[in-house]
Amino acid sequence: MAKSVTSKPAGAVRPNGKRARAQAAQSDAIDAPGVWQRRHLLDLDDFSAAEIELVLDTADAMKEVLAREVPRVPALRGSTIVTLFYEDSTRTRASFELAGKVLGADVINVSAAGSSVKKGESLLDTVRTLQAIGADVLVMRHYASGAPYLAARESGFHVVNGGDGWHAHPTQALLDAYTIRSRLGDVRGRRIVIVGDIAHSRVARSNLWALTALGAEVVVCGPPTLLPFGLDGSCRDDAEEGSLPPVRVEHDLDRAIEGADVVMALRLQRERQQAGLLPSLREYSRLYQVHGERLARARPGAVVMHPGPMNEGIEISADVAHGARSLIEEQVTNGVAVRMAVLYLLLRGTMERGS
Amino acid sequence: MPNGAVMAADDIRRAVVRVAHEIVEQNGGCQDLMLVGMRTRGVPLAQRIAAAIREFEGEDVPVGVLDIGLYRDDLPARGTRVEIKPSELPEDIAGRRVVLVDDVLYTGRSIRAALDALIDYGRPERIHLAVLVDRGHRELPIRADYVGKNIPTSQQDEVLVQLEETDGIDQVLVTERRD
Repeated sequence: MAKSVTSKPAGAVRPNGKRARAQAAQSDAIDAPGVWQRRHLLDLDDFSAAEIELVLDTADAMKEVLAREVPRVPALRGSTIVTLFYEDSTRTRASFELAGKVLGADVINVSAAGSSVKKGESLLDTVRTLQAIGADVLVMRHYASGAPYLAARESGFHVVNGGDGWHAHPTQALLDAYTIRSRLGDVRGRRIVIVGDIAHSRVARSNLWALTALGAEVVVCGPPTLLPFGLDGSCRDDAEEGSLPPVRVEHDLDRAIEGADVVMALRLQRERQQAGLLPSLREYSRLYQVHGERLARARPGAVVMHPGPMNEGIEISADVAHGARSLIEEQVTNGVAVRMAVLYLLLRGTMERGS
Repeated sequence: MPNGAVMAADDIRRAVVRVAHEIVEQNGGCQDLMLVGMRTRGVPLAQRIAAAIREFEGEDVPVGVLDIGLYRDDLPARGTRVEIKPSELPEDIAGRRVVLVDDVLYTGRSIRAALDALIDYGRPERIHLAVLVDRGHRELPIRADYVGKNIPTSQQDEVLVQLEETDGIDQVLVTERRD
């Protein structure tokens, strides 16, 4: 049994993993194409391929709306969306705001700096206050992993996780999957290399769930100090089961990139060097920078992605970041369509029929 | 109304051809004409009308696809499909004579949504409505310009249009709702 599991492609999830368990607990309807049953988007760890594909298909329709001369539809008219960000953000917040507005919703932006949070208001009090104002959706970014779960449990909001600690950033992973699908046709069977600081990356974690669910062959690459323990499934026991899907691990980027369809570079946070996880930034960029020469080892037509913000010259070279193979700007553009799809499905996908 | 099939494949074919003739006659030809099928079953119907016009007029009328999901005011029940897909209009609709095509005209709410959706793309010279079945019970002041068949129904009835392209068979059924 164990043998057959390890010999499966990286996309296969252990049958007793978190995702399988979550799916078994839910009704069959959730796997029926086109059916949406979720109130919140907190993580992708229990998403089926069918659910992810529904988001991506819906995003296709949203992209058509965005391409119009007047990109505005009344789908969410009368709904109010609050973005509550305890951490800085440019693209996530701006794209959620635009997504809500294109769908006809009202959008209120609250940042921790400049709100009552500064006066010592607790997270839950802030959330309850925003709910009392009459908002329907809470898009939340918080430095503490799990904070959106608390908000989802303790409020009547539809909660969307806009990034929590090191844990999850589901809309980023969805827009990455959407961008790959748009460019390469399909995610299934594609070799996708995620390189850099996996351990501290919520983007990487959510991408591992989304991309393996969609049947990609995922390879992660980085120095051992920046990879989460037990990622390759080699030292799993039941206690850790399902903490991340099993993927191939490489420490040598040249080898990892061999035959890749997609190379996804992650931002290196400079504090990691101070924390003693890296000898030097120079050594890191020599070993792990995605640059033109390395990219030549990937498959012809391979593409490069980065969730941003980038440190050009550290994890990615400037010519690759702005080169012909870069999808980095496309990722940002697709982010609006994918977030529209998420907001639409949360608010309109599960409502009871009107009288 | 007895349960069962009220239109068979031949009836549907004749109705489509007649509606195609009426459209061309009403518009004095195919000048500036565009057919827009409403997803799902309005799309094959629009394509069939275009094929009929090609047959007897020798002219190609462009066919667009309209998805009204983002314009609806009636929401799907829990657990039903919520798929929306991109609309595809082959040409600018500004200044065109647009014929909206749907399978069943009932409350008129889908047509209301379709009109809003269509007008967001531009200002057509006029919009006509063609339906395969008009079953009555309008809730809005909307009527069809071209009707394949008027079928009087009660509100308990369910009208099911099945087409070769989507369902593998051409027929229209009226059944009593079981709930």
